Amino acid sequence: MDRRRFLAGTAAVVVLPLAPAAATPDAMAEAIRKVVGSATLTEGRVKLEVPPLVENGSTVPLSVSVDSPMTVADHVKAIHVFNEKNPQPNVFSARLGPRNGKAIVGTRIKLGDSQRIIAIAETSDGRFWSGGADVIVTLAACLEEST
Amino acid sequence: MTRRLLVVGLALVFAASYAAAQVGTQSGADKRRSGYQDMGEALQKMQDDDTANPGMLFVQLGGQLWVKATGAADKSCADCHGAAAASMKGVAVRYPAIPSGGDLPVDLGGRINLCRTEHQKVDRLPPENRDLLALAAYVAHQSRGLPIAPPEDPRLEVFRQQGAEIYRRRQGQLNLSCAICHDDNAGRKLAGIAIPEAHPTGYPIYRLEWQALGSLKRRLRNCLVGIRAEAWPLDAPEYTALELYLMERARGMKLETPAVRP
Amino acid sequence: MSNILVNAPKTARRGAVIEIKALILHPMETGFRPGPNGRLIPRNIIERFTATWNGTEIFAMDMSSAIAANPFVSFFAEANESGTVVLRWTGDEGFAVEERVAIAVE
Repeated sequence: MDRRRFLAGTAAVVVLPLAPAAATPDAMAEAIRKVVGSATLTEGRVKLEVPPLVENGSTVPLSVSVDSPMTVADHVKAIHVFNEKNPQPNVFSARLGPRNGKAIVGTRIKLGDSQRIIAIAETSDGRFWSGGADVIVTLAACLEEST
Repeated sequence: MTRRLLVVGLALVFAASYAAAQVGTQSGADKRRSGYQDMGEALQKMQDDDTANPGMLFVQLGGQLWVKATGAADKSCADCHGAAAASMKGVAVRYPAIPSGGDLPVDLGGRINLCRTEHQKVDRLPPENRDLLALAAYVAHQSRGLPIAPPEDPRLEVFRQQGAEIYRRRQGQLNLSCAICHDDNAGRKLAGIAIPEAHPTGYPIYRLEWQALGSLKRRLRNCLVGIRAEAWPLDAPEYTALELYLMERARGMKLETPAVRP
Repeated sequence: MSNILVNAPKTARRGAVIEIKALILHPMETGFRPGPNGRLIPRNIIERFTATWNGTEIFAMDMSSAIAANPFVSFFAEANESGTVVLRWTGDEGFAVEERVAIAVE
């Protein structure tokens, strides 16, 4: 690598904008605490599916499924998803009930960086369950320098 | 920030090591790979499911525009062309082409704009305009699954040659040509992503990076930025020349519009 | 012009659990991105998605800036009675759009 080429690369890096303020694992823990309150959070029953390696963080398919009979007596009331490195820890909160038949919710999310995603389910007995997944976000080459 | 650094860093390493890479991985038509084949399963599924493929939102919009009368002539596309499913089938796989009465090749978006100015009597839509992309996607979608079949028009040859020349010309601060990445190093990784063979099989594409539909022109501009070259103006003939070359290079491959790409 | 794609079965057996998938054209501008002038582009997102079956809410989702552009949502529903499923998206800048799907339950 010659010096000119190296300098060109360095200059290109310097003009890039700084990343905006990001949520932290602490911010995520705080957001989770707001949802769960003083109840205990038990790991299990929640399966969070994301591709382990995503080609672009702007559109990451995500699905949460909770092991539940979804009956009037025993169902999932809510599913919340959190992340630790986006500008905000909350991703979405879904309200469900026995009319759903299956406690499965799918969407697509934005991830600013490789990180851990956590899903929390609130069941009709007032308990909270969690499951998580780690995602590695790579970046497509030859991006548009729009900023 | 760190990832961007990494990308630039890898691009530099890559630039420095390209010389080690050897000629042509392309030995036969059968070995060509659409970018679809290099995507993960999740993205392939996204493209395959018409109610999950975000590009289909634009195809839907294009279908609405197709039947909407516009301009001083108060005509819709359908007023001349009827149902697109029949009249537009096999059209996109032939573009760019030289329109009757013209002498310069135009891409599909250019052809749509000619219809606007000549028949609908309304202004051209600017490059990357959402409605223009939606119409192009709607038209191209009618050819989904058909093999790319550039027209046997001898007048196109000179432009195609220009495209081939641009494809092999080194440019930008990284001093790379299209061919160095997409012929010599296709399939190898750049910043964790497989370098595609650059076949224009699904344009306009829904690129996740853009979170929107975009044209081949926009994608080529991203490449130019990637090699730190100055992008040509949006109306430059270079884009059409390159597209002519790339479509010839992809002859026989199936159109996927609207493709999803990272 | 509605730019919504919904995938739901037109008919379902009574008691069957069906999947409903919906995609809508929307930029989901996060509010954290600087524009060309260096200032942040104002947030413009869908904040809430709801689904009702014959008027009864069966599913709702509060969205954040972390939901990808052109939001996709999928969920399940038990087909108990023939009727209309109304999907509704509301958000910033007065955004409010509805899509209706008729489902016949046999």
